[in-house]
Amino acid sequence: MNEQKRTVAIHVPVLTRVEGEGALDLRIENGEITELRLRIFEPPRYFEKFLEGHSYTEVPDMVARICGICPVAYQATAVQALEKLFGVELDPWAQAMRRVFYCGEWIQSHSLHIHLLAAPDYFGCNSAIELARIAPDEVRRGLRIQALGNELMELFGARSVHPVGIRVGGFHGAPAQSKVNATRDKLRAALPEAEALIRWAAGIRVPQDDQSFISVAMRHTSDYAIERGQIVTSDGLNIGSADFDAHFAEHHEPFSTALFSTYHQQSYLVGPLARLNLNHDHLPEHVKALLAESGLSLPSRNLFHSMLARSVEVLLALHEALRLLEDYRLPDSPYVDVTPRAGVTTGCTEAPRGMLWHRYEMDDKGYVVNARIVPPTSQNQGRIEEDLRMSLMNFGLDHPDDALRLHCEKVIRNYDPCISCATHFLRMNVERG
Amino acid sequence: MNASLVKLGKPRVAVHKFSSCDGCQLAFLNLGEDLLALAERVELVHFAEAGPLDPDTEVDIAFVEGSVSTPQDLERIQHIRQHSRMLIAIGACATSGGIQALRNNTDGTDWVAQIYAHPEAIASLAHSTPISSHVKVDFELWGCPVSGPQIVAVVNSLLLGVAPHDNVDKVCTECKRRNLTCVMVSHGVACMGPVTRAGCGALCPSLGRDCYGCYGPAENANTDALAAQFGHLGLTPQDIVRRFQSINSQAPVFLAAAEKMRQRDE
Repeated sequence: MNEQKRTVAIHVPVLTRVEGEGALDLRIENGEITELRLRIFEPPRYFEKFLEGHSYTEVPDMVARICGICPVAYQATAVQALEKLFGVELDPWAQAMRRVFYCGEWIQSHSLHIHLLAAPDYFGCNSAIELARIAPDEVRRGLRIQALGNELMELFGARSVHPVGIRVGGFHGAPAQSKVNATRDKLRAALPEAEALIRWAAGIRVPQDDQSFISVAMRHTSDYAIERGQIVTSDGLNIGSADFDAHFAEHHEPFSTALFSTYHQQSYLVGPLARLNLNHDHLPEHVKALLAESGLSLPSRNLFHSMLARSVEVLLALHEALRLLEDYRLPDSPYVDVTPRAGVTTGCTEAPRGMLWHRYEMDDKGYVVNARIVPPTSQNQGRIEEDLRMSLMNFGLDHPDDALRLHCEKVIRNYDPCISCATHFLRMNVERG
Repeated sequence: MNASLVKLGKPRVAVHKFSSCDGCQLAFLNLGEDLLALAERVELVHFAEAGPLDPDTEVDIAFVEGSVSTPQDLERIQHIRQHSRMLIAIGACATSGGIQALRNNTDGTDWVAQIYAHPEAIASLAHSTPISSHVKVDFELWGCPVSGPQIVAVVNSLLLGVAPHDNVDKVCTECKRRNLTCVMVSHGVACMGPVTRAGCGALCPSLGRDCYGCYGPAENANTDALAAQFGHLGLTPQDIVRRFQSINSQAPVFLAAAEKMRQRDE
């Protein structure tokens, strides 16, 4: 057989261990990739359209339903945008507790992704349940950290999926001192577990895959940006969320139900590795020390460092939650009253899988006139395709189909794509002709 | 429902996803160490988000999350039904069409054109519908989202060979059991608790806010009386319609209450 003439077609019809549904079509002819398509076929749910006509008071409960894994991100971004429009000055208590609430979601989502979705690939396992047979202590540790993230979300939102505590102006209620004390003890006890997680993640052998790309994340003057900050890029842009449209654009490819985003006509990276690349100087000293010990040098050009980046952010989030709850006192009121105003407003925060941007036009009674939501997965979609192309070339196209498919799946999982929030994810088809 | 469908032993279980936010699958993935315990008691043969992929295999229990909203969904749900001894719909999307069913009252094709540059490439049905509109459902677990304890309770019941408990009481009963102050009586908050199915543990009133009906209609829900009470609290007819037209807009009881209000408003 003439190797030069080999044509290979790989179809991954349903990509597993991602949130939502998608597929990958890959065609290789004469040693070249002639077709590579990431198809997201999560059914469209039209959130932006049915928000129209709803009151600002209903928006946090509605946008939460975009994603069961990162509802806090959607809620926090929406209330940030609306509070800006209504001229609301948050009480320092509410401002601090929003960050703690959000840290809970980072801890939950990152730990879920590392242990249940990404790590099994590196141990030849098909699921965390299989992984738990060969690495029981590590998987159980991961599930405990995930549970603690959920507990932190429940502290402010009564439940971790579609929490009900956040409102425009603050929170509906403030958790009792006794509950906070109990959670604080658990956070403190989890610090050494998160440190062990970083050492474990740093010890997992990953491919060396050097690529050039633009990182985009939020950046705050003093904090490691989560719930607030400017939008910055690795090529020097620094803007407020209101200027997003001047530099970022969305377009629709007919094979996908998610929209693709570009920055100055280029694909770009959002998420934990982009954040670490841009903001590692703002990590607390303790976290910096662990990062240095892990041997990861930043900025990194290897997306396979994403799992380690997530584990670093788990420690960061535990650290931040503990710091902000250290002197917890019940506030006079968990929220301030708000008066709606008409106008256009934007909000932006760092969801666990990357930057999330919202834009709302509101009428003078506080009803939504129109809404636009740019989730992290649609921003990463172009970058994932570009990465797959480069990474497959680096890996070598002569590998058997199963090896190619596993490699593609690992690449895609590095981005922790949330297809249901891309509102729209993977079946893989490889064709070799 | 015939609970004896599932024999004692290690039943084969599938978790399928339709149009949804993935939040009800999290009721499994957020079980923590109990997830490993569950995997010892049942055989998880298909659960794409957790790893096992075998959508066509025969199972004892199929959990179905999400609503039917694309032409392919119509075929897929029939196929799942044919290969499952027992089918359990979990969450608001699967039991009432979910929040995305808000499009059912509008011109959906117009929405596609407003969001996508290539509307012809988007396969989407005009309506988002519950699983029971298409196939026989053996048990419905309502809630947006369903919780881990609810899922474990269903699995435990089935392993013991008894019918799962269908909690059709109202959120009010949970408030009373928790000794919470009634937000409607004491603070004039337009709470959906009197007509909403229990199961969440009265989370919203525990924070001093209104229940917004995410668990769907309770048994014998007196929506007329509640709509009248909302009127007394100063809600406009449109406000009242929106109270019933949210997470479970197509649940027949909530849909009828909203229609009645709309007609009165005209």
